[in-house]
Amino acid sequence: MYRIRIHGRGGQGIKMASRVLGTALFHAGFTVQDAPKYGAERRGAPIFSYVRADRQAINERGTMYRPDLVVVADDTLLAVPAAGTLLGIDAHAVVLVNSRDSADTWRHRLNLDAKLVILPSAAETADRANLPHIGATCAGAAACLLGLVERDVLARAIAEELDGLGDTVVAANQASALAAFDALAGQSGLVQEGVTIAAADYQAPQWIELPFEDASIAAPDIRAAANSVQVRTGLWRTLRPVIDYDHCSHCWWVCSTLCPDSAIRVAEDMPVIDYDHCKGCMVCVGVCPPHAIAGIPEYLAQQQESARATGGGADDTETAQR
Amino acid sequence: MTPKLLSGNAAAAWGARLAGVDYIPAFPITPQTEIIETLGSWIDSGDMPGRMVTLESEHSMLTAAGAAAATGVRVFSATSSQGLLYAMEMLYTVAGWRAPFVLVNVSRGLSAPITLEADHNDILAARDSGFLQLHCADCQEVLDSVLLAYRLAEDPAIRLPVLVNLDGFYLSFTREPVDLPDEEAVSRFLPPFDAGEIRFSASAPQSQAVAVLGGGPYSYFRYETHLAACNGVAVYEQIAAEFASTFGRERGALEQYRCDDAELVFYMVGSFATKAREAVDRLRDAGQKVGLVRPRLLRPFPLGPVEEALKGKQAVIVIDQNLSMGQGGILHTELLAALYGKPGAPPVVTSFIGGLGGRDISAEEFYHMVTVTRQAIASGTVPPPRLLYTAGELREIRKLQAVAMVERQETAPARGTAAGKEAAHD
Repeated sequence: MYRIRIHGRGGQGIKMASRVLGTALFHAGFTVQDAPKYGAERRGAPIFSYVRADRQAINERGTMYRPDLVVVADDTLLAVPAAGTLLGIDAHAVVLVNSRDSADTWRHRLNLDAKLVILPSAAETADRANLPHIGATCAGAAACLLGLVERDVLARAIAEELDGLGDTVVAANQASALAAFDALAGQSGLVQEGVTIAAADYQAPQWIELPFEDASIAAPDIRAAANSVQVRTGLWRTLRPVIDYDHCSHCWWVCSTLCPDSAIRVAEDMPVIDYDHCKGCMVCVGVCPPHAIAGIPEYLAQQQESARATGGGADDTETAQR
Repeated sequence: MTPKLLSGNAAAAWGARLAGVDYIPAFPITPQTEIIETLGSWIDSGDMPGRMVTLESEHSMLTAAGAAAATGVRVFSATSSQGLLYAMEMLYTVAGWRAPFVLVNVSRGLSAPITLEADHNDILAARDSGFLQLHCADCQEVLDSVLLAYRLAEDPAIRLPVLVNLDGFYLSFTREPVDLPDEEAVSRFLPPFDAGEIRFSASAPQSQAVAVLGGGPYSYFRYETHLAACNGVAVYEQIAAEFASTFGRERGALEQYRCDDAELVFYMVGSFATKAREAVDRLRDAGQKVGLVRPRLLRPFPLGPVEEALKGKQAVIVIDQNLSMGQGGILHTELLAALYGKPGAPPVVTSFIGGLGGRDISAEEFYHMVTVTRQAIASGTVPPPRLLYTAGELREIRKLQAVAMVERQETAPARGTAAGKEAAHD
């Protein structure tokens, strides 16, 4: 059986990627099981999906303890333990990371035994709507690494899964997927089929007896006030709203009132964005009357910050344009 | 027939579409919403006749479903978890009306604490309502069970509503290959509803489900409902045989997987049973004679088939994805009641609680349940029920508690003092 897990953020097309891959493998003659797994159901929140493919009926379900291929559509997730991107990865696994950094960098950072493949992230364009579709790109790259699906079957799977969204959307997604499929052609078939755990010499689970505990401990309560401040949902952000105070008309109430996460406060007649909790929904960018808020890619914003921290403040604009 | 990849929710919607339902009262809830969205889009596009109405709550939805069924039309509805519980008053009521229809439940753990993933305390809360229950293990079975459920509900020997259960996430959002039966074969198996005397209608005054005073009449009506439910075992087996000859798929009251020469069998319901099937295959590879018995029909309880299937086995390993507070696993309790004093009943029945709130059950855990049960056979001592819970999981809880306790001490230093605790223990 092949076991594939795809990690990304809500809105990137991670469920769509598993369905495209599932449908393509199904057309290639495999029995398939595919599913998304999400909790927060919000744009930017970590989600994953998975695909199992076999030549016989699939009885396995749920958690994938030993994936053959893990796709990470957003490399910032690798630093979020709760996202579980690295669960069950060993030397057998292939890890495909959509990133601007090199395989060596990631190998060094993660200290992983697995085969690491980088899917180079697209360069910024003036109109971000022209960026390739991440879900489709990951599905195409994964299909290539599996080496089980022909090009035209992949294209057909995309047409079926996106049926109803119109020819333009289908064509754009096909282009993204096939470009990634072709880009990794040299590594086609890198992913090896995994085995199941034999019952003869299994490792016994570390079951424990749950002790009785007083209800003051065992009731599901959090009594601290305002503790959600500690949950840094700003990590979900892929785009950062930045206020240009020269253009801000100091009306102060529009952005701060309409922010769905109450992440904009007003200090001395100025709106201030709380980046620890702004999820990057871009509502403020859309509603600001004088258009004084711009959305810039989060990674560029972070590059600017670190350049400023290292004393390269004068190069800000240049870094942002690079 | 070419199979299609369908999620459990899509399979449920296809079941309703193929059954030619007339009326769908609806209310959304995760993880069920896709079912009514799918049906809504088909009705909108004209691919499916029938009428859908969104109600203001599950309570009203069930009332509408029962009332419509009492007029003799074919009714479908779906809910999950808190929604099923919110409708609970009407579940008992419409079953008492003897109104036949099909309600799909997408299992999800109950609050509190609130969660999204599957366990069976929601559907089992409806265990005593008068609804019959079919439990599914895969997406194909979801579609098939909706068709079977209409035959069962509408049978003149029964005339009761039927719940079809599928697990949230593990089936609801999971796509698997599903054979869509052709409409002609479905209409042969499930012809339009012959409502007979069920003809409640406007401008023709009648009283339905009148009040009774005194226990005598009440007992009569309640016990008649029980007898109708009990008829369900024989009727279901006959319907399942007809289903098998029409569609070629076995859908008997019990799935019995590699049971013939099995010494030990797993006993469980729901989608995790396919994981047990996988474990059975691997255990067989290792030379262990293990099988799986899985009730599809849980209400009525298929007493005869269960007794027969388990006769002569050395042990039964019961896995409950539910928890009756202060008692333990519901399947375990019911199985012991069914087997007590029966000739050839397995001498050892072990109990495991697992999969609460969608908590996974690993392959190793299935293997280890067999090891523990073999030890019980050898020693003659049956261990107490066990929650499938690992040291690692407790460590994670301890981390969360550490945060919560620090916060509590910071914000409420007066609470939980030693003096307060002593007083509580007095």
